[in-house]
Amino acid sequence: MAIDMMKKVPVREQDPKVRATNFEEVCLGYDVKEAQDEASRCLNCKNPKCVEGCPVSIDIPGFIQEVKNARFEKAAEIISRSSALPAVCGRVCPQESQCEGKCIRGIKGESVSIGKLERFVADWARESGIKPKVDAPKKNKKVAVIGSGPSGLTCAGDLAKMGYDVTVFEALHKAGGVLVYGIPEFRLPKDKVVEPEVDNVRALGVKIETDVVIGKSTTIDALLEEEGFDAVYVGSGAGLPKFMGIPGEQALGVYSANEFLTRNNLMKAYRDDYDTPIARGKKVVVVGGGNVAMDAARTALRLGGEVHVVYRRSEQELPARVEEVHHAKEEGIIFDLLQNPVEILENEDGWVRGIRVIKMELGEPDESGRRRPVEIPGSEYEIECDTVIMSLGTSPNPLIPSTTKGLDTNRRKCIVADEATGSTSKAGVYAGGDAVTGAATVILAMGAGRAAAKGIDEYLSGKSE
Amino acid sequence: MFRIVKSEMLCENISQIVVEAPRIAHTCEPGQFVIVRADETAERIPLTISDYDREAGTVTITIQIIGLSSMKIAKFQTGDFLADVTGPLGQPSEFVNEDIEEVRKRNYLFVGGGLGTAPVYPQVKWCKEHGVPFDVVIGTKSKSTLIMEKEFTEVGGEHYFLTTDDGSYKHKGMVTSVMEELIAEGRHYDVCVAIGPMIMMKFAAKTALAAGIHTIVSMNPIMVDGTGMCGACRLMVGGEVKFACVDGPEFDASLVDFDGAMKRMSLYKTEEGRAYLAAKEGDTHKGNCGNCD
Ligand SMILES: Cc1cc2nc3c(=O)[nH]c(=O)nc-3n(C[C@H](O)[C@H](O)[C@H](O)COP(=O)(O)OP(=O)(O)OC[C@H]3O[C@@H](n4cnc5c(N)ncnc54)[C@H](O)[C@@H]3O)c2cc1C
Ligand SMILES: Cc1cc2nc3c(=O)[nH]c(=O)nc-3n(C[C@H](O)[C@H](O)[C@H](O)COP(=O)(O)OP(=O)(O)OC[C@H]3O[C@@H](n4cnc5c(N)ncnc54)[C@H](O)[C@@H]3O)c2cc1C
Ligand code: FES
Repeated sequence: MAIDMMKKVPVREQDPKVRATNFEEVCLGYDVKEAQDEASRCLNCKNPKCVEGCPVSIDIPGFIQEVKNARFEKAAEIISRSSALPAVCGRVCPQESQCEGKCIRGIKGESVSIGKLERFVADWARESGIKPKVDAPKKNKKVAVIGSGPSGLTCAGDLAKMGYDVTVFEALHKAGGVLVYGIPEFRLPKDKVVEPEVDNVRALGVKIETDVVIGKSTTIDALLEEEGFDAVYVGSGAGLPKFMGIPGEQALGVYSANEFLTRNNLMKAYRDDYDTPIARGKKVVVVGGGNVAMDAARTALRLGGEVHVVYRRSEQELPARVEEVHHAKEEGIIFDLLQNPVEILENEDGWVRGIRVIKMELGEPDESGRRRPVEIPGSEYEIECDTVIMSLGTSPNPLIPSTTKGLDTNRRKCIVADEATGSTSKAGVYAGGDAVTGAATVILAMGAGRAAAKGIDEYLSGKSE
Repeated sequence: MFRIVKSEMLCENISQIVVEAPRIAHTCEPGQFVIVRADETAERIPLTISDYDREAGTVTITIQIIGLSSMKIAKFQTGDFLADVTGPLGQPSEFVNEDIEEVRKRNYLFVGGGLGTAPVYPQVKWCKEHGVPFDVVIGTKSKSTLIMEKEFTEVGGEHYFLTTDDGSYKHKGMVTSVMEELIAEGRHYDVCVAIGPMIMMKFAAKTALAAGIHTIVSMNPIMVDGTGMCGACRLMVGGEVKFACVDGPEFDASLVDFDGAMKRMSLYKTEEGRAYLAAKEGDTHKGNCGNCD
């Protein structure tokens, strides 16, 4: 069958009705034939706009041409020059607003499915047992990386490739950051995808010490002064979940999205063979409209609930990826848009029995350029529910700044770091990812880790033995 | 993996484990806790550090068997390995970081109830080592549930007061009755630290606060990560939301909403109860922690 050059080769997905009851991956990815067909849609532009749209500047036309010609190993090699976690990025990057958003193909028809091709190449490489190589001579300098999220892993991997002796310190019992505790199995399989990507970083010689909370188990100052580290990278993530401060938030059955997702993803509460419990709500309200809210909603749905997403703006302003909203709707999540909670209602045992919301309308644009939601007086009503999941973003964890002498934070309490090199106000200490930007994306966190690895290398190369 | 160098049952349902955790032993202070994950499929549960040996690189935890996870940990034997021990978490007790000269001028009243005896121990020991005056009141159901008597006798001497609910050993009555007697005798206290079941802390705090004593209690809400990331441990303290794992676990008792906190703790009781029953038939669920009263 001839392929329609204007349209993406469709990707196989689990049927929405079936997947709404399991935690298996939703998207099944391309097979070899589909990948080659899709690759043949790439115009191989001289001046590729997609690369400009990629925060880590992957040579996109370059790897796609290799896919077209069935040289998958070469394709993997091209991607790995720019990205340490392609199987992850191929699945979770907001391609529609990055590479695919700029794709020339996309002007007249549909853009090339760059994300799905990246995923195909990365999965092929993993299944074929291809491991990244280290070729640099040992440098005899030690670098500590705090946090094993995408930012920390990228920084650690890059430094190891340059020959540094790298140890990652992770507070939780498992490496991966949000990739293991936040993003659900059905979007990003843990054993199949995340674990092997972490193992690839280990294969480069990086040591990962879990169960170490920097600022508690030891401090950055002690790592530098007592444990002989020459530099430190802080990739400690976004921090503490926010609550709304409305009455009833302490009621039983109110969770932060972080808690709900951590119980389910990291602690595997959805599986009978794990001990951690999770409340299986019958009717669940998720407050918020970002990726995190979508993940919480789709998780609650799979645990057997009827799920409503309550968001104060309209569909257009939903910060979540379009694909996630689309998937959520297909699975049967109900969107209650332009409404905002004002109170959580409790029954006599202290359990949630409902949530009172007020309807909103869009007014003038605010500083973010989005139209500001304004309450419609007298429009309050109650939604009956037994579980409420608050997904309102995070505020930075003060633990590291408060225990590190001379590490500056900004007005929003994020660590201040130079974008180009990751350097902070403290010599030898670098930072990046969500800890610096506030909650952002996997690819930006990786980009920051990569920039800081270069910054650290420059700093340590200048420093005498 | 964290090797257990000693594991013993202190009484029918309380086990004490000494575990190798050099980083924690090096930096921990009284008042802090660890999060333990027994094995690959276990929960992460918070347990107070009830002693530490910086040189040996070990910390001691004392576990009351009340459900599935505490039972799993309590079963571990000397030489076994716990999958994960993370910490030290939470803030050290207030006095640890205060001017020691000021602290020495005060008289402390420590109150431990039931399992709460264990977390009080490192604080009492610290005071003894730093020349801070104190009295310590320990209460338990009955002689058979008493723990750490030897340790307390050693550090407490004549400042150690013991009471049993049923009068089977020493004084008969609740910790609050001993507190009242000590206060009535004219003993003056500047600070009271009460640790035990929620209900005991609520009443001990009431007694101490009524006598005008600055009172600290140790809150034990449900926790998951213990690093501030999940918010499961949130409490209302003085009208503000606090995360017990980063801001606590010790708080000014006059600001704590005990009833609200007790309510939140009942969250997983039913589901867990079932998991527990599936794990072991029989009736080891004593319910004497005060949480499910
Ligand atoms: C539910 C959810 C869904 C998301 N979906 C997407 C998506 O689809 N696409 C996308 O691009 N982005 C998504 N994001 C955002 C993305 O995951 C983050 O931007 C990214 O993970 C940030 O990476 P990081 O390395 O900076 O931090 P994190 O991934 O947060 O990792 C930080 C790590 O540091 C550890 N740590 C923290 N403090 C300490 C300490 N003191 N000592 C030792 N270790 C410490 C933490 O335990 C954690 O493991 C999502 C986020 C969430 C929560
Ligand atoms: C800071 C802190 C220090 C603690 N120190 C000690 C200690 O030194 N010794 C000790 O025996 N216990 C201590 N606890 C309580 C201990 O963590 C719980 O008894 C334990 O989690 C119960 O787990 P379970 O599965 O055996 O019981 P279950 O009652 O079956 O547990 C059910 C669920 O509720 C949670 N849960 C139940 N009760 C509590 C509770 N009181 N605190 C926290 N989570 C609870 C568990 O995590 C689990 O998810 C402490 C708690 C906190 C927060
Ligand atoms: S236990 Fe998760 S924030 Fe305190």
